[in-house]
Amino acid sequence: MQKQKAILFDATMCVGCGSCYEACKEQNKLAETNDDFLKDHLSANTYTVVEEYGDVYTRKMCMHCVDPTCVSVCPVGAMEKTELGPVIYDPDKCLGCRYCMQACPHKIPRYEWNKTNPRVRKCVMCYDRVSKGLQTACAEACPSGATIYGDRDEMIAEAKRRIAEDPDTYYPEVYGLKEAGGTSVLVLSPVPFDQLGFPGLPNEALPNYTMRALEKIPTVVSVGSVFLGGMYWLTKRKNEIAKENKMSNKKESDNNENN
Amino acid sequence: MKTINLPKLTFWRAVASIIVITGLYSTYLRFTGGLQSATNLSDTFPWGLWIGFDILCGVGLAAGGFTLCAVTHIFNIEKFKPLTRPAILTAFLGYLLVVFGLMFDLGKPYNIWHALIMWNPRSVMFEVAWCVMLYTSVLFLEFLPMALEKFKWARLLSIVRKVSIPIMVLGVLLSTLHQSSLGSLFLILPTKMSPIWYSPFLPVYFFLSAVGIGFAMVIFESFMSARAFNRELEMELLSLVGLISVSVFMLGFVLKLVDLITSGNISLLFSINEKSLLYFLEVLIGVFIPFGLLIQKSIRQNKKWLYVATVLMVAGFILNRMNVSITSIISEAGVSYFPSVNEISITLMLVVLGMWAFRLITKFFPVFQPMSVKH
Repeated sequence: MQKQKAILFDATMCVGCGSCYEACKEQNKLAETNDDFLKDHLSANTYTVVEEYGDVYTRKMCMHCVDPTCVSVCPVGAMEKTELGPVIYDPDKCLGCRYCMQACPHKIPRYEWNKTNPRVRKCVMCYDRVSKGLQTACAEACPSGATIYGDRDEMIAEAKRRIAEDPDTYYPEVYGLKEAGGTSVLVLSPVPFDQLGFPGLPNEALPNYTMRALEKIPTVVSVGSVFLGGMYWLTKRKNEIAKENKMSNKKESDNNENN
Repeated sequence: MKTINLPKLTFWRAVASIIVITGLYSTYLRFTGGLQSATNLSDTFPWGLWIGFDILCGVGLAAGGFTLCAVTHIFNIEKFKPLTRPAILTAFLGYLLVVFGLMFDLGKPYNIWHALIMWNPRSVMFEVAWCVMLYTSVLFLEFLPMALEKFKWARLLSIVRKVSIPIMVLGVLLSTLHQSSLGSLFLILPTKMSPIWYSPFLPVYFFLSAVGIGFAMVIFESFMSARAFNRELEMELLSLVGLISVSVFMLGFVLKLVDLITSGNISLLFSINEKSLLYFLEVLIGVFIPFGLLIQKSIRQNKKWLYVATVLMVAGFILNRMNVSITSIISEAGVSYFPSVNEISITLMLVVLGMWAFRLITKFFPVFQPMSVKH
């Protein structure tokens, strides 16, 4: 099995130059959406943005969850978690139910609302590039080293090393280590993550919330069919007996009358 | 010589026709310009009125089909038999409308068959899709005797009758699964919904409210058809159905109350805001007022009051499902959404089409009384 890859984004190193934004647009052949990349937001034509929070810059993009919610909810398996880590999308399978958008805890997938043949759009961690052994376009373009790409376990070790070496600079957590079961995009920040617009999430992977209900289905079906079948047999028998009693009562009373 | 009678132009017919014409124009916009040109849906609010009403309420309002089948054919309580066929027809039409309505909401409706061959058993949506597909087929088989009696196809009729019990058991099982699974659809949104409505017990609440509203809809249908066909109402039976219906809603309310207390989320109801007010409204019109009315024997046996209580239960049920799917998400995400004129007009068109189809079929098929067919 190949090693899972990951992106490590370090907000303390980001200078807000927008190189990742431009590289992403170019790599994915996306239309221009805003003259000022800092004012842009995620859309069907923008897979990553740079956001300004005071003097801190952060990036937003698909987090490529370890156990992705979008993959679990898609009724036709149009979303796929690849062995390498990227979560990719197959528009030919998609029905357009948008359950992935509704369910994504990071509020990432975007839709082509104006098209009659619409697709879900989001960062796919440059799957074409990384499956050839290259790094993502954004990591390659980043001049300050704020976005780097590599094996997930190495990225985690690197993130922890940075926090340990410079505890004054960093908020002492790695976002993506545990959030919703963990992600393949890891974030370091000088401030708590909610101040950079990252949602607070349970540590459990969200698909588990659904599985707890789905795993009861076999019980409902087996107990249910026995119960319903039994009730049918019982109540039918009861009605028959009631009918027979009526008949015999009637016979008896007829006999009595005759006598 | 035969003269053709044009239907008389009444007020409701005129309204219904205008609704359908507007709906057709909205349909044109939807399929030529994409979802953007017809809806107020957005990246931050991808599920709106069509999911909240057409699907979640549509499937629930059609639940009378399985509850009545269970009561009359599985529990063999024969006195409810006169109500079963209209309930099956409503359910059959309801599910056809749900599937038809889904075509408007899906971005790529022509790919709907993919659920048949591209499986993802971890997805609640996948399970719902299969259940709805199978149950619609079951409803077709349950409706079939009415058509076969009409056309006097005795041999086929006797075959269908022979398999009717397993078919009905299957129908009840499938309904139990997908009625509750509509609630399970929202289990994966623990961080995106208001805790007033989010609960691990959503599937239980959805199932109970479906059972309750299924019974209530039977009363509603009886009133509709009594008016349309000048039939007498079976008040003895209907008042009992009303009592069952409101008791199920009360049970659902009590379970949810216990749930809110044990989870501590009950405190959210102590502050007055849009969310808590909408919750109070939901239980007031859907549970408390109908319960207060129908618990009294003289009132539930009164035609007018029974009708009022039923309409309230239907309204409360609809509000509940809209609250789960819209209110609770809007308030947590801080987004705004109100359905567009086109979303509303297409939804209204579906309702009118359903009513027309019900009228038409009850006119030509033996829905209210079985016909005897000689072998």
